[in-house]
Amino acid sequence: MIEVGVIGVGLLGPGLASWADGRALLHDPAAWQRSPTAVPAPQRLPATERRRAGTLVKASIAVADEALAMAGLDPAPLATVFTSSTGDPLNCHLLCEALAAPERLVSPTRFTNSVHNAPAGYWHIAAASRAPSTSLAAFDASFGAGLLEAAVQCATTAAAVLLVACDLPYPEPLHAVRPVADLFALALVLAPAGQGRALALQLGPPAPAMACEAPGLETLRQTIPAARALPLLHALAGGGAAALGLEAAPGLALRLHLGAR
Amino acid sequence: MKPLAVTDYTVVSALGVGRAATLAALQAGRSGLAKQDFETAAVDTWLGVVADIDAVALSGDLAEFDCRNNRLAELGLRADDFAASVRAAAARWGPARVGVFLGTSTSGILATEIAYRERDPATGALPAWLHYGATQNTYAVARYVRQALALQGPAYVVSTACSSSAKVFAAAARMVELGIVDAAVVGGVDSLCMTTLYGFKSLELVSSDICRPWDARRVGLSLGEGAAFALLERDPKRVAAWLLGAGESSDAHHMSSPHPDGAGAAAAMRAGLSQAGLAPADVDYLNLHGTGTPGNDAAEDVAVRSVFGTTLACSSTKGHTGHTLGAAGGVEAAITILALQHRFIPAGLNVREIDPALQVNYLRQPREQALRVAASNSFGFGGSNACLLFGTAT
Repeated sequence: MIEVGVIGVGLLGPGLASWADGRALLHDPAAWQRSPTAVPAPQRLPATERRRAGTLVKASIAVADEALAMAGLDPAPLATVFTSSTGDPLNCHLLCEALAAPERLVSPTRFTNSVHNAPAGYWHIAAASRAPSTSLAAFDASFGAGLLEAAVQCATTAAAVLLVACDLPYPEPLHAVRPVADLFALALVLAPAGQGRALALQLGPPAPAMACEAPGLETLRQTIPAARALPLLHALAGGGAAALGLEAAPGLALRLHLGAR
Repeated sequence: MKPLAVTDYTVVSALGVGRAATLAALQAGRSGLAKQDFETAAVDTWLGVVADIDAVALSGDLAEFDCRNNRLAELGLRADDFAASVRAAAARWGPARVGVFLGTSTSGILATEIAYRERDPATGALPAWLHYGATQNTYAVARYVRQALALQGPAYVVSTACSSSAKVFAAAARMVELGIVDAAVVGGVDSLCMTTLYGFKSLELVSSDICRPWDARRVGLSLGEGAAFALLERDPKRVAAWLLGAGESSDAHHMSSPHPDGAGAAAAMRAGLSQAGLAPADVDYLNLHGTGTPGNDAAEDVAVRSVFGTTLACSSTKGHTGHTLGAAGGVEAAITILALQHRFIPAGLNVREIDPALQVNYLRQPREQALRVAASNSFGFGGSNACLLFGTAT
């Protein structure tokens, strides 16, 4: 059992403009209406990096900033975990297209942005943070794997950790082989147990309540890897204690117990 | 951190398949690099190709995983009978208590690059043979290893460019410390592809000459490919080496260039020493990141000097293997453990004249020497730094 506390939340998704806006909608989904995710411009990025950053980076920074503001923390000393199933899908498509052409002309920025840890790199530049950072992937379980890693880091270092998850669609033709419905991003700031909303994590047999009750949100959960976080976000939006679960790796359940507010 | 046992390990690179072939090449000062083309790429460069990949085929239940990166992973699992050690660990601890944490930078992207050349001219669709989730997706190599070895514990792929497979040692050590797992398969697999060949070329970081880390007229890196695996276990029955520390940091400077003062890299080395409870003078050998680009080697020299001074014996083994990118951390961890076990320090190859601006104690000839502690640096794009420290088993 790993015990931590949630002290900050950031959110961006279809019909969910922010955690401030989305928490009421998640608490009472009848008022939620699906609309395409809109990504705000990242004010934190220096001009050069803002010009070069793709949508994955911009969305990741937007949710990280919201979660940090809620936690009231300085980003510089904060270790980070970034998780994404796909990385930057448009960048990947354009790179593969360029490499399939006879000239194979690749732009340096396109190549630099192709690394899976691009959001982490841009974030640590923007936050002037030399703290450790990891970037990982576990296909549809990427959020669960990232949550496990962030909680393990928080518990072993006894310091707060910023977790950022983001997935967005590939363009065709990759969309046909890896359909992702829309952009979904969230950030959590985890702190050592005793601070914020208590969260206990345990690997174990198949967990209860992995689905969303509201059909529209359940569709999001099933069609965007990062939206696997929705049952946890729903529980965070309410005030009561909750037991729920998600996948920590494909086929491996992570049981979560969220304390009452 | 509490020292964590490396109970078995293996490595595959252009030097050969397994520990013995790698050791022989390192002790002889022989490079695996050759001026050659790869697939349809003609980039006029030296490459560290693993020729044995072509003899591996993935079939049966694992057929959908078939691609260069997973074939290379399979070659690594077979080398030194590493898979048998993992099966023994799974029998001892239970398959749900063995984690899989692997690093890669480009996974099986070569499969998708080839598929993009075979798109349907009418619809633009990709060919039916492409299994995206089992090949291109970043998680694919961990999925492959987990399935091939029938493991059921936590698993993910760390992809932080060229520090990826060093950072997985840190992740696994935390998981063992907290009791989430009792053992972990760590390491990395990265294979040659068009993305990195043409990408590094676009950044003007690829040399048409063989790479010459620490040379006065070094002009860039030589790309390679490799697979390395290590089995980390609590309560070990045998020990190849001890993982003593795994320091991590970020540069906060630039996406593709290291900070010239090396402060982020130095922070990773200091964090590793601090975790190990060691002073700089306790370290006997440092395997440098040492890519052979002008900027990397200059920044790393400043960083190493600021932590260790100029007496510590250092070398980069990328002149042997080429830069294996996401596998480099794992490949060089294996080389560092070979040095500890076989009491030698590998040389840095291809130096004609040491850069007079670089001041660390860079070894140009292999040296026989008993080592107690050896370290390995890995730095990646996005300013991701890691430094692993290993101690001898005895």
